[in-house]
Amino acid sequence: MTDQHWPAALAEARLHVVSGKGGTGKTTLAAALALALAAGGRRTLLVEVEGRQGIAQVFDTPPLPYAEQRIAVAPDGGEVRGLSVDAEAALLEYLEMFYNLGLAGRTLRRMGAIEFATTLAPGLRDVLLTGKVKECVGRTVGEDRRGGRRVPLYDAVVLDAPPTGRVVKFLDVTKAMGSLARTGPIHSQSEGVVELLHSSRTAVHLVTQLEDLPVQETLDTVAEIREAGLPMGAILVNRVRPSRLPATALTGAATGAGLGAGLRSGLEAAGLFLKDEEVDGLVSETVEHAERVQVEAAVRSGLDAAGLPQLELPELTEGVDLGGIYELAELLREQGVR
Amino acid sequence: MADTTRPDTARSDTTRSDTTRSGRPRHLDLDGLLADRATRVLVCCGSGGVGKTTTAASLALRAAEQGRRVVVLTIDPARRLAQSLGLEELDNEPRTVPGALPPGAGDGELQAMMLDMRRTFDEMVSGHTTPDRAQAIFDNPFYQTISTSFSGTQEYMAMEKLGQLTATGDWDLVVVDTPPSRSALDFLDAPQRLSSFLDGRMIRLLSAPARAGGYAFRKIVGSTFNLFAKAVSTILGGQMLADASAFVQAFDTLFGGFQERANKTYQLLRAPGTQFVVVASPEPDALREASYFVERLSDEHMPLAGLVLNRTHPVHATLSGARAREAAETLEAAQDDRVGLPYRRGPQDASPPGAELAAAVLRLHADRVETAERERRVLGRFTRAHPTVPIVDVPAMATDVHDLEGLREIGRRLAS
Repeated sequence: MTDQHWPAALAEARLHVVSGKGGTGKTTLAAALALALAAGGRRTLLVEVEGRQGIAQVFDTPPLPYAEQRIAVAPDGGEVRGLSVDAEAALLEYLEMFYNLGLAGRTLRRMGAIEFATTLAPGLRDVLLTGKVKECVGRTVGEDRRGGRRVPLYDAVVLDAPPTGRVVKFLDVTKAMGSLARTGPIHSQSEGVVELLHSSRTAVHLVTQLEDLPVQETLDTVAEIREAGLPMGAILVNRVRPSRLPATALTGAATGAGLGAGLRSGLEAAGLFLKDEEVDGLVSETVEHAERVQVEAAVRSGLDAAGLPQLELPELTEGVDLGGIYELAELLREQGVR
Repeated sequence: MADTTRPDTARSDTTRSDTTRSGRPRHLDLDGLLADRATRVLVCCGSGGVGKTTTAASLALRAAEQGRRVVVLTIDPARRLAQSLGLEELDNEPRTVPGALPPGAGDGELQAMMLDMRRTFDEMVSGHTTPDRAQAIFDNPFYQTISTSFSGTQEYMAMEKLGQLTATGDWDLVVVDTPPSRSALDFLDAPQRLSSFLDGRMIRLLSAPARAGGYAFRKIVGSTFNLFAKAVSTILGGQMLADASAFVQAFDTLFGGFQERANKTYQLLRAPGTQFVVVASPEPDALREASYFVERLSDEHMPLAGLVLNRTHPVHATLSGARAREAAETLEAAQDDRVGLPYRRGPQDASPPGAELAAAVLRLHADRVETAERERRVLGRFTRAHPTVPIVDVPAMATDVHDLEGLREIGRRLAS
């Protein structure tokens, strides 16, 4: 049962890329996923690449520097670290590895030279960002010299990726490399990135809501991801609201027909004697709900046709605070995320 | 705070009587704004996914229905919305929106266009130089990167197009949607970023660092820069730098003209007759962006009409959430009892008609009250920081808008 939500292949993935249409809750669910994967004493890393400090906002911490730091603890001892990757800092980091720039690096940065270099070739930015992510996925710890086994530092890395409109371009590092030198340090690093992103160690998840546009955009992106040869993961259906109406009342309710009379006697049975306009107000709220449930049913069947594992997360009517992230992580665990 | 720069009179100059109650934000009167012939440019901005395009299109349609000659510039409309505006093909020219206005409906007119940034850029280049030189620029591989993938080109071209549309004088109201940027501020910042990128200083440094800059500059960072240039060319490849360098040289003669136009358009944004409408959904992220943008507009002395709070869920009945939930529980408990009975003793034990329905409706209402309260709380943070900004909220529709009737309905909600 859980397997159909989160197949074994996804449990093997080391890099979870989370994208989605703007406003669907991409960052929130990336955070919840990182927390869910940290359960059982594991260590995960949540990475953002667009400099929006979304992770800091979600976990209610000060803005993240360009360094990994602990942002949350899973209930049973696991740990989530956060990292905000910045392309300019990543470029400087590279340059430092191969050329000794010393203090001059900072001067170059102040002059805008680093920003200039990263904008000169739009692909460079993405190559640098994905390169850093790959480095995090591959990093190991352990007693190397004494023959001890080195183990990955992170059990899983969750990437809060750019939104659906840009994500495939972002992940299509091969194309981006076309605009860069054919040799050199970044080139060889990028080959490793391409290999990782196109392997079963990666899964690209898409966050959506049960509305027309987000679902349409999700389906378009699924096609794009498949065409680019990237490994599709699950669809995370966010903000699912309960259908409160009994099925028999639903079709009638969508038109509002005959809702009033039955409703009034029901209300009176509960001791509520309401004015006409109050009852009318309740009816119009119900009609809106019924219309929405119908739209949801229609878009859901479109989503099912994609044949992908789906996870559902409810709308948290009180809004998403830190407690909400834990709640969502728990719900992900219940649906088999591990 | 940015609001301290705003004259205090802003709060008292309202003409609507229901807007001065303490603690309540002023009501944004969009119909008044559209009817005011002095309003010549309306810019809709906000972070991605809040409904900017729909808001822009609805306002444009409503203004046209009120007799104004309107053009709406959309940036990246969803497919079906584009179709409803008659924007099936992208030709970078305004076209009349079919069926927007009934024939003989008065003087109003509605045209729409979708921005083609590559073509706008091409036209700008052609307009500033000889055909030969323009061709040399078009052929440069680097131009193709800049005109299609540079983040900021879309914003720059949107502003350029806005400048062009207002300059023709063909319309008396231009409504602009802004690009789906990461941040609402990108719309104001990106043109400047592109300008400084194209001004050539950096590229000259990279291609010939020894010759660029003054003595002092060379002394301080010269040798480092040489090293850096070498590193960059190792990464980017010599060809890319050579292309970029050739591009910047070819572009040099155009640059002054470009800069001047960009400055002029920026000034247009401050001119009387321009109004900004900030769009947000009742979510913390969207309102935080809206807040930044409002502060920025105030710093730049750009006129803010107000905030459109999109997709709200106002309650339609005053019954409290707690009471609704309690009544629902009463009904549900009664029903459970009946289900548990081994037999029915008589008709008086049957469920009262509508009990199941009423319980569901009451639960729904309780959910809705909770949602509305959260939305009010989130908005409260914005209004406490910006108490003088007028606001209108637009209740959510069950379905996405993709036809003119939907746009009209949004227009009605915007104006209410």
